[in-house]
Amino acid sequence: MSASLSARNVVHRFGNVVALDGVSLDVAAGQATAIVGESGSGKTTLLRCFNRLVEPDAGEILVDNRDVRLQHPVDLRRSIGYVQQHGGLLPHWRVLRNVELVPVLRGMDDANAAAARALDLVGLPAADFGSRFPHELSGGQRQRVALARSIAARPGVILLDEPFGALDAISRADLQGSFTELRKELGLTTLLVTHDLAEAGRLADQIVVMRRGKVEQHGPMQALVQTPATSYVAQLIEKARAGLEPLLA
Amino acid sequence: MRWAQSLRAVTGAAVLNTILSTGALQAQTQRPVIVASKPFGESYVLAEMFAQLLESRGFTVDRRRGLGATEIAFGALRSGAVDVYPEYTGTGLVAILHDTLPDSVLADPRAVFAHVSARFSSLYQTRWLPPLGFQNTYAIAVSRATANRYHLRTLSDLARESAHLSAGFTADFIGRSDGLVGLARVYGIRPRVVRPLAPAVKYQALASGAVDVIDGYSTDGLLARYDLLTLVDDKHFFPPYEAAAIVSARLEREEPRAIATLILLSGRLDELTMRRLNKRVEVDREDIATVARSELTALGLVGAGPATHAVTESRQSGFWGYMWERRATIGALTARHLLLVAVALLAAVMVAVPLGLGLERTRRIAEPTIGALGVLETIPSIALLAFMIPLLGVGVIPALVALWLYALYPIARGTYTGVRDADPDAVSAAEALGTTARQRLLWVRLPLAAPVIMAGIRTAAVITVGAATLAAFIGAGGLGEPIVAGLALADTRMILSGALPAALLALAVDGVLALIERLLAPAHRRTKLWRRPIRVDNRQITSPSDV
Repeated sequence: MSASLSARNVVHRFGNVVALDGVSLDVAAGQATAIVGESGSGKTTLLRCFNRLVEPDAGEILVDNRDVRLQHPVDLRRSIGYVQQHGGLLPHWRVLRNVELVPVLRGMDDANAAAARALDLVGLPAADFGSRFPHELSGGQRQRVALARSIAARPGVILLDEPFGALDAISRADLQGSFTELRKELGLTTLLVTHDLAEAGRLADQIVVMRRGKVEQHGPMQALVQTPATSYVAQLIEKARAGLEPLLA
Repeated sequence: MRWAQSLRAVTGAAVLNTILSTGALQAQTQRPVIVASKPFGESYVLAEMFAQLLESRGFTVDRRRGLGATEIAFGALRSGAVDVYPEYTGTGLVAILHDTLPDSVLADPRAVFAHVSARFSSLYQTRWLPPLGFQNTYAIAVSRATANRYHLRTLSDLARESAHLSAGFTADFIGRSDGLVGLARVYGIRPRVVRPLAPAVKYQALASGAVDVIDGYSTDGLLARYDLLTLVDDKHFFPPYEAAAIVSARLEREEPRAIATLILLSGRLDELTMRRLNKRVEVDREDIATVARSELTALGLVGAGPATHAVTESRQSGFWGYMWERRATIGALTARHLLLVAVALLAAVMVAVPLGLGLERTRRIAEPTIGALGVLETIPSIALLAFMIPLLGVGVIPALVALWLYALYPIARGTYTGVRDADPDAVSAAEALGTTARQRLLWVRLPLAAPVIMAGIRTAAVITVGAATLAAFIGAGGLGEPIVAGLALADTRMILSGALPAALLALAVDGVLALIERLLAPAHRRTKLWRRPIRVDNRQITSPSDV
């Protein structure tokens, strides 16, 4: 089911601003990679290239070793899960209908059952939560529903853009745990964008540090910590550490 | 009763007519003669006399009463939308031809009539029938007490004392060269204060002593009511205003017999008679149709018909009694008003909602386009209606077009803004998960924008109910009819009999649309008026291990 992701020398400009400056990246099937960087580093732009929300000016994007341009964007998007920071649930649809969206778009016969299964997987049984409106849920529950929506049609790949960025610390830790289990259970190839290095380390096998449209370093968390490739990566790690140490002392 | 008649008369669209006239239509073998009037009492009376005279000779008549003003009435006649209406030679000379004549000609009404009728027939191919027999010229009037105190008899006397006096003149009289401007030039009349006053309040202002001098018309019924003295135009400043029927080229060509019938009135009405008729309508509040019929009978032009039972309103019955007596009429006018509003609004929704949606996809031109629609809102309704006449004539069609134009802006603005600003997170997520643009529009944007779109439609509806009262000025009927006639006759009850239902109608329409808005609101914001069945089917929920 799961598929690999690749970016090769991807360049993208917004007017005069170079958002992506020859970026390459590989995510093996079933693996999770986190893109870390500050605002304006190009991380979200790179993520959005994989479901053609952004069309690069140069380079190529491969999903399952196939150039994404060979697929109609609508079909491509229906085959890839996507979660954004503020969930983006349709506020006038009840939870179950929200989760059914992609199965219905793909014409699945058992859309209703697929949605109910997805809700069970994120810990919100359809019988209790399916008939609620999004505004009747907590922020953490809403992100769980968004997660359920993105996996209901059983995609091989999931893209997440700061999925837990708007949550309080406890909901966030809960959701990070649930997601890791879920990802492993479903074997999802995952590409995640976050500005939080600790979150990246918790959720991903590989970490890509981006700055000003370029990749600074690509490797597992341990490699980053032990041998930071650039002073920027070293700074980033130092800051993450500094945030924790006073609390641990 | 008379409203029911005009209800039948006033139309451009046969369909509307059929719906509304509730069987009042006669079998028509020929085109009806369309008789119009301008919005003041004397014009109503004369038009009604034309109409009844024609009917007595077997013609079918459509009445278009109270057409806006000279420009609208004459514009309608010229375009053939109206066949005949009463006009005055002085008005034709000054307001339509803009001709200036030497004083020697101006002093001779016959010479002025010859000039005006010759010019009209060569310029506009419209014909002035021989004068009716009276003049209704501008009259400068003062109260008898003021006249005695300052020894006023002529306008020259007034010039001598004008520095001590305050004047209340209609706005157009103040500005016109044949009004105050000319009076100042020729006589040296320069009142201490000049207040612009609406025709309907001038007389009360004089009676209450708020002003000393007003402009009026020499045949005004109200001159008698308030016992006013008109000052003699000793230098023959005002051109003669001889009343006559003016007829369209079309009527002359197609119905020469109608022309011959109308000429029967020529020379039959002198100034005293006209003043008496105006007084019966404006002061005694007699029904116009009754007054017209009794005078035609007295002139021997019409046999004493059966239907002349006095419709003089029981003035004792009070306002609510008056409304109750007219309930059938008011109901019919309200229905017509509502139909005008509904058709215009529906057409506006069908154009402005797709337009707003289209603009959302081409945002570069959105603001200029909506801005242009907004400019339409700033055109005064009367002006917009007047613009319609050369293109569309008078009656229902131009009124609908004007109302439609007014309704476009709020609806287009609401649709554009609503769809543009609909929950951006939900829209972007829907896109990222593989919905088509059309699905996003139908499933996400439109439902979420519905409250804003409905707000635009409600605004448009209330505006339209209000603006539709002005449709009466171009003969489209509705609740504006009693308002226009009431203003012309200074009859507050009549004005209210249109204004009050119009206000209630605005509230009712807004209320109904509020209900629709509630039904169209996005599900999560809907108050529990009804409940959607919950779409959880427990039998289909299987255990996580199945996944």
